[in-house]
Amino acid sequence: MTIEVKNIVKKFGAFAALDNVDLKVGKGELLALLGPSGSGKTTLLRIIAGLDWPDAGEVRIDGEDALGHGASERHVGFVFQHYALFRHMTVFENVAFGLRVQPRAIRKDEATIRARVKELLDLVQLDWLANRYPSQLSGGQRQRIALARALAIEPRILLLDEPFGALDAKVRKELRQWLRSLHNEIHVTSIFVTHDQEEALEVANRVVVMDKGRIEQIGSPGDVYDNPATAFVHGFIGESIVLPVEVTGGSVRLGGRPLNIAADGAASGASKLFVRRHDMQIGPAGTGSLEGAVRHVRSFGPIQRAEVTLSGGEGKTVIEIDAPRDRELQAGEIIGLQPRRYRIFAAQE
Amino acid sequence: MPTQSSFVTPATPMRAYASTADLAISPPSHREASDRARAVASPKDLRTEPAPVRFVIIALAVTFLTVFVVLPLVVVFASAFSKGISAYFSALAEPEALSAIRLTLLVAAISVALNLVFGVIAAWAIAKFEFRGKTFLITLIDLPFSVSPVISGLVFVLLFGAQGYWGTWLQANNIHILFAVPGITLATIFVTFPFVARSLIPLMQEQGTQEEEAAISLGASGLQTFFRVTLPNIKWGLLYGVLLCNARAMGEFGAVSVVSGHIRGETNTMPLLVEILYNEYQFVASFAIASLLAMLALITLVVKTVLEQRLDEGQTPRDDPRDH
Repeated sequence: MTIEVKNIVKKFGAFAALDNVDLKVGKGELLALLGPSGSGKTTLLRIIAGLDWPDAGEVRIDGEDALGHGASERHVGFVFQHYALFRHMTVFENVAFGLRVQPRAIRKDEATIRARVKELLDLVQLDWLANRYPSQLSGGQRQRIALARALAIEPRILLLDEPFGALDAKVRKELRQWLRSLHNEIHVTSIFVTHDQEEALEVANRVVVMDKGRIEQIGSPGDVYDNPATAFVHGFIGESIVLPVEVTGGSVRLGGRPLNIAADGAASGASKLFVRRHDMQIGPAGTGSLEGAVRHVRSFGPIQRAEVTLSGGEGKTVIEIDAPRDRELQAGEIIGLQPRRYRIFAAQE
Repeated sequence: MPTQSSFVTPATPMRAYASTADLAISPPSHREASDRARAVASPKDLRTEPAPVRFVIIALAVTFLTVFVVLPLVVVFASAFSKGISAYFSALAEPEALSAIRLTLLVAAISVALNLVFGVIAAWAIAKFEFRGKTFLITLIDLPFSVSPVISGLVFVLLFGAQGYWGTWLQANNIHILFAVPGITLATIFVTFPFVARSLIPLMQEQGTQEEEAAISLGASGLQTFFRVTLPNIKWGLLYGVLLCNARAMGEFGAVSVVSGHIRGETNTMPLLVEILYNEYQFVASFAIASLLAMLALITLVVKTVLEQRLDEGQTPRDDPRDH
């Protein structure tokens, strides 16, 4: 099923939680809404589910106007960050709930309901917990039950609000892969909200990066990482070195000193130079357009991370770079630096 | 545990305005429970007081309770049975006594039922929605606790009395509110309104709206959501509120006294009859009725203790993300 969101505006008092948001989600996609807290991603998800209402705009699920229907009529599976399992019901009854509240005319008989719940519990690999209560389960188990419960109504779309946000790192990682493979299995159009870029890049087919109620970029995980559309996306996804530069005509200057890089069509004026930590080429002193003194080196895994004090300008700028282990760095060493890949964005006021 | 202390809240104002029925209701004994838990956690010693000091403190507490709670109760029952069991039961079988018992049960049944509905609605509104004037509404719910019951009664006299706002109209249409069952019921509803709402608000606030949202997203209607999700989650708190509401409704004296008119065999509730009989030196009859109220209090106390245990058990520990 497809989801289409058009010109959605939602204000809480003077604060614009969503500011003219447009989004199209294709059939069978697994889409991530990624952004810092307060970016409006959860509000957007709740509006699609019918748990919140926009001040203006349109929501279409499979071409059909969704705003004309309440949450209970939209057939949307919703998974909450804090699971929201019914605490007085067993796991079995939690999953069966959506089937038991169906109107009498279409309600399945008890045997069918039992078979369906069994099937779903098998799907989330927790059939052995059917008679437990939510308080007797671990966080990861609760979230899988919440998912089974949402899937019980055969939802047209599945919405997950920070589904792994309340779990510890290890469980979160397991569940991520599990969700990925579950989606491959059942192929329901899904949107999940997260503030964890790693999670978004790892799980989703497509990532929507949001900030301050606006969509900053929509693209594949590789796309938003390699070709960030805005300064915000570059800064939010992946670690970046950010340097304040001045663009005049085609040349780029840092603290008055020209850098040996092309402006790449960036407009003249105060700008910001973004370089990934591993995209700084390291050479002997005197090579490269930047020079700095190594302050501190930490080595772990395949890389060494160095803090470097840039010389020139104010002389106080400290950056962190990642270098391969084969180029050994020493504290105190003066090195030359040259950005291999970089982006220049106009500095915002 | 925040949930426990929140249940103390409704009890606190009640004690300040205790009437005959809830005199015997002690404040919830959560302290004991937490002490017990602590004793298990570190069996060594947190009771650093030397034995004699402990003994004196405990003895003081016990003496105090004996003198001020147990003794009066004993006196009630002793006086009631002072002329023998047959005198006791014949006093209760008096038409006046029976009529008072009937009236009290009727008034309590109506006001508890109505306050159950109003209380749930008010608590629902306050706990689950954000709206302007919410703080004002909360204050309003507490009003009956902070107003003297006599004033609560007088309000109705001012409204419905012969000299009151609607008195002339009511008289012209031959509607009897004051000095009749409707007046007594109204006064009782007013005085007992806060109990249900007060015992539900903290509980519902703590539970939030997520389970309801989940139910609705699963296709449940509003009513299904209420009866299948909300109500089961609040049932012990609701029973607790109803129990206290009932105790107060049956035992209310001040407000009812003002609006009752003390018509014998017609508008006397049990607490009113106790006073009348006592003033007429019919001690056995008076204390016989009083003993019924005292028994009500004792039963309330027992049920309340059971409910509090259920409430504590019902509180699932707040979802701990690291409980894998």
